[in-house]
Amino acid sequence: MFEYAPAPESRSVVDIAPSYGLFIDGQFEPGAGSFKTVNPASEEVLTEVALAGPDDVERAVAAARSAFEPWSALPGSERAKYLFRIARIIQERSRELAVLESLDNGKPIRESRDVDLPLVAAHFFYYAGWADKLRYAGFGTDPRPLGVAAQVIPWNFPLLMLAWKVAPALATGNTVVLKPAETTPLSALFFADICRQADLPAGVVNILTGAGDTGRTLVEHPGVDKVAFTGSTEVGRQIARSVAGTRKRLTLELGGKAANIVFDDAPIDQAVEGIVNGIFFNQGHVCCAGSRLLVQESVFDEVLESLKRRMATLRVGDPLDKNTDVGAINSAEQLERIRTLSDAGSQEGAERWSPPCELPSQGFWFAPTVFTGVTQAHRIAREEIFGPVLSVLTFRTPAEAIEKANNTPYGLSAGIWSDKGSRILAVADKLRAGVVWANTFNKFDPTSPFGGYKESGYGREGGRHGLEAYLA
Amino acid sequence: MAVKAAATAWRRTLPETTRLSVRKTYKLFIGGKFPRSESGRTYLVDGDNVALASRKDARDAVVAARKAQPGWAGATAYNRGQVLYRIAEMLEARREEFIARGVSEPEVNAAVDRWVWYAGWSDKIAQVHGSVNPVAGPYFNISAPEPTGVVAVVAPESFLGLVSVIAPAIVTSNTVVVLTGLPQAAITLAEVIATSDVPAGVINILTGDAAGNAPWLASHDDVNALDLTGVTNPELATELERGAAGSLKRVLRPPAEGIDSAAEPGLQPMTALLETKTVWHPKGF
Amino acid sequence: MTATTTSRHDLRSLLHGLPGVDKVGVEARAAALGTRSVKSTAKAAAIDLAIRMVDLTTLEGADTPGKVRALSAKALRPDPADASCPPVAAVCVYPAMVPVAAQVLAGSGVHLASVATAFPSGQAPLEVKLADTRGAVAAGADEIDMVISRGAFLAGRYDLVFDEIVAVKQACGDAHLKVILETGELATYDNVRRASWLAMLAGADFIKTSTGKVPLAATLPVTLVMLEAVRDFRARTGRQVGVKPAGGIKTTKDAIKYLVLINETAGDDWLHPDWFRFGASSLLNDLLMQRTKLTTGHYAGPDYFTLD
Repeated sequence: MFEYAPAPESRSVVDIAPSYGLFIDGQFEPGAGSFKTVNPASEEVLTEVALAGPDDVERAVAAARSAFEPWSALPGSERAKYLFRIARIIQERSRELAVLESLDNGKPIRESRDVDLPLVAAHFFYYAGWADKLRYAGFGTDPRPLGVAAQVIPWNFPLLMLAWKVAPALATGNTVVLKPAETTPLSALFFADICRQADLPAGVVNILTGAGDTGRTLVEHPGVDKVAFTGSTEVGRQIARSVAGTRKRLTLELGGKAANIVFDDAPIDQAVEGIVNGIFFNQGHVCCAGSRLLVQESVFDEVLESLKRRMATLRVGDPLDKNTDVGAINSAEQLERIRTLSDAGSQEGAERWSPPCELPSQGFWFAPTVFTGVTQAHRIAREEIFGPVLSVLTFRTPAEAIEKANNTPYGLSAGIWSDKGSRILAVADKLRAGVVWANTFNKFDPTSPFGGYKESGYGREGGRHGLEAYLA
Repeated sequence: MAVKAAATAWRRTLPETTRLSVRKTYKLFIGGKFPRSESGRTYLVDGDNVALASRKDARDAVVAARKAQPGWAGATAYNRGQVLYRIAEMLEARREEFIARGVSEPEVNAAVDRWVWYAGWSDKIAQVHGSVNPVAGPYFNISAPEPTGVVAVVAPESFLGLVSVIAPAIVTSNTVVVLTGLPQAAITLAEVIATSDVPAGVINILTGDAAGNAPWLASHDDVNALDLTGVTNPELATELERGAAGSLKRVLRPPAEGIDSAAEPGLQPMTALLETKTVWHPKGF
Repeated sequence: MTATTTSRHDLRSLLHGLPGVDKVGVEARAAALGTRSVKSTAKAAAIDLAIRMVDLTTLEGADTPGKVRALSAKALRPDPADASCPPVAAVCVYPAMVPVAAQVLAGSGVHLASVATAFPSGQAPLEVKLADTRGAVAAGADEIDMVISRGAFLAGRYDLVFDEIVAVKQACGDAHLKVILETGELATYDNVRRASWLAMLAGADFIKTSTGKVPLAATLPVTLVMLEAVRDFRARTGRQVGVKPAGGIKTTKDAIKYLVLINETAGDDWLHPDWFRFGASSLLNDLLMQRTKLTTGHYAGPDYFTLD
């Protein structure tokens, strides 16, 4: 066996301070308390960050409010230049930010370096260019910003989700109070520093670190005009309830249980890559993960054999090793959820398989896992696991595949693998999902609208469509 | 004129007994049929007993709307446009019936014109609201609008307002369950619809007790969107929004300043009821 | 399946029944594997393995006995300054040069490969191709690198290609047969997969990407498709076939990417000179320079390695 020697990315490119404050009105300030953030791959404490309380939310919203008028009054071309500046600084600091992201989140450096950071910069570049062209976007001849946007983002792609939220908000002339996830606050705090480096006017971007309470206080604050949330469907529901009657504009990007449908005429080797990428990319911490594999019965054996062989080559371990494919689970809490649901899969009679792989003794780890013999009634076929766990179901006809794929309250994404164009188009038409990847999976681009049907949320992020959420 | 004069002359020759008119019974409109409320209840409006819809009627209407939705969405955009235009034609032909029920002539005219306006959107909204996305890679990438599904509508209390909430919902391939407090005009419109090749179940109209039935629709898991245009009570609107959060329905809230039904509606009434589906496919030999 | 029972239509059904290859997907996969970081001890092992896999090649009209003798000597001792440096797998020359190389390589364990069958175009009558093959084997070649008729393949005459490979294989006797697909002329990955299966069905011991004489030679994704083909062929038939990318592989970095490809596609069993070769010439000196860097700790210069 050709063993690759350890190839760790250097940690020295990133300098983490012993503690961080809240970023309000252009300054780092202490909060109501503090909490620690750990490296999920080692459980080592990385630093201590401030916990924003109600007073801090008040100050941040006030700062965003007073920054709103001058910021929205700036010519679009000037706002554009700030965003271009931010995009460039991100590119120049991308190695540092990639290492930081992997440290705080546990994702492999290969992904933070090759996927997250390039997309973050691209997102700012894309929306920068819109800032002075909004009247051509199809939302009226004089589209206006909404005001102060409260943005709450998840821990799976911390900086990328920040970019998806902040870039369109600023391009359209809104100001922002953003709360990163409790377990991954660091890249947002580094982004605060980038805003200062770009001389972005104080108060245009405010970052409040904290937990669920901070987020709740923020979205319920009466001084907020717009709420944008990415996270679980359950929290999304609570937010939708809490903004009812307030006239706050709301966009939600929530959970998913995507079907990845493999037909018997699929390009099998690429389909297997797509299955692997669909569920093991980012440890399966992906709302649009292809967590339900639907395989046509006639190629079931072939696909499963290829899939298992391929899974055996996945390299699980140190996120900073450049050859790592699957990193650490983001938190003990998430690990527990993955374990609980996987155990339910076994108990309900599905057959569980993982390739032999040695997991580190420290940190939060879960081996890539596949369940066969899964039926629609199993919990692992219905509930979002948000981990490296694939449920495999079979189908006989296209109609059955579509029916099973749509048989879920979610509707975020789906995959189709087939060499027959007419079949792909017909199936894509019938799938109730906001993003359909045909003969590919988990591809993202700033020009391409992303978002769900049904309980996967509403509103789109990315592309021209992504502007609508921030314009009146 | 000659014909009319002759008729008048003929009528004068009738015996002295006056003819008793045949009244219309205003029932509900569900699944292309005109059933009574399952509750058997009616209420009196301007001397007419009109059906008082119950929550079970609302439930039945959702079933009808859901059943009709795939077929309606599967029709060609050209066909849907023709059907909407047909509604305009039938409404034009029956203008007098609405005027007789108290709708002003300009409003009826505007309603006809609104159907015509929306009819034309059927095969254009996808072009205006969709996009080809120039992604940074060898992929074909398009975003196209699709119907959100079943839309529950609390209609405003004007005839033009009623048409202005139904037309954008159905031209975008959704099916609707409409709660209205304008029973005679709404059910007369249903008769227009029933004779305009609109497939059964695409439009369902429930008369009476909108405030009582709306919460059932707001919390119904098989309803995809809720249009609150006709809700004037802010507490009810908030309650309905909260109910809609359970299954994360799309909610249309009328702007605080209200809607000017006479003005051109713009795209928003349609785009608010559309999902955007983005499809990726690699390009390669 | 044998030559006598295989009709044109059977072959077509079989080859067109193979799963398709998505171009974007296979190229993305190859590129992703290309980002593997192979350092220190892994790199040292990889370099030595790569040297042992080189088919040191000269295929020029200007080849002379002197040139071929020098090349053969280098094959035996690639780095005269370092006795621990392994020999290459084989020397690959034109049939006319086989006797010269045979003299140098005799008894060394380094194989002697000869291109044959009207290399590189293959545009000659079958009898000429067979005579070419027999001549090379008789002169001492124990490996034959034949070209397929791309024209016949692209015209859908899989039976002609099949029969020709069978005939050449017969003419090879005990010599190993490498079948060059000339993937740059096959144009699509679907064709590469079909041609790989066609060659294997007809008896190829190795499938090889390119002659090195057309602009598009070996690439990572083409080799990936071929590695998948040999993997699947063995799973189906039990017979293992080798793979040889040739042309355009010039640096150690390139070579290591190919080794990673084998490692994560076909697997361990192919990580051996019996089952994987690099058709190359300048690659060897780069491997030697990198090898020296690892052993000495400083960067090497080209003047310190022989040009042959």
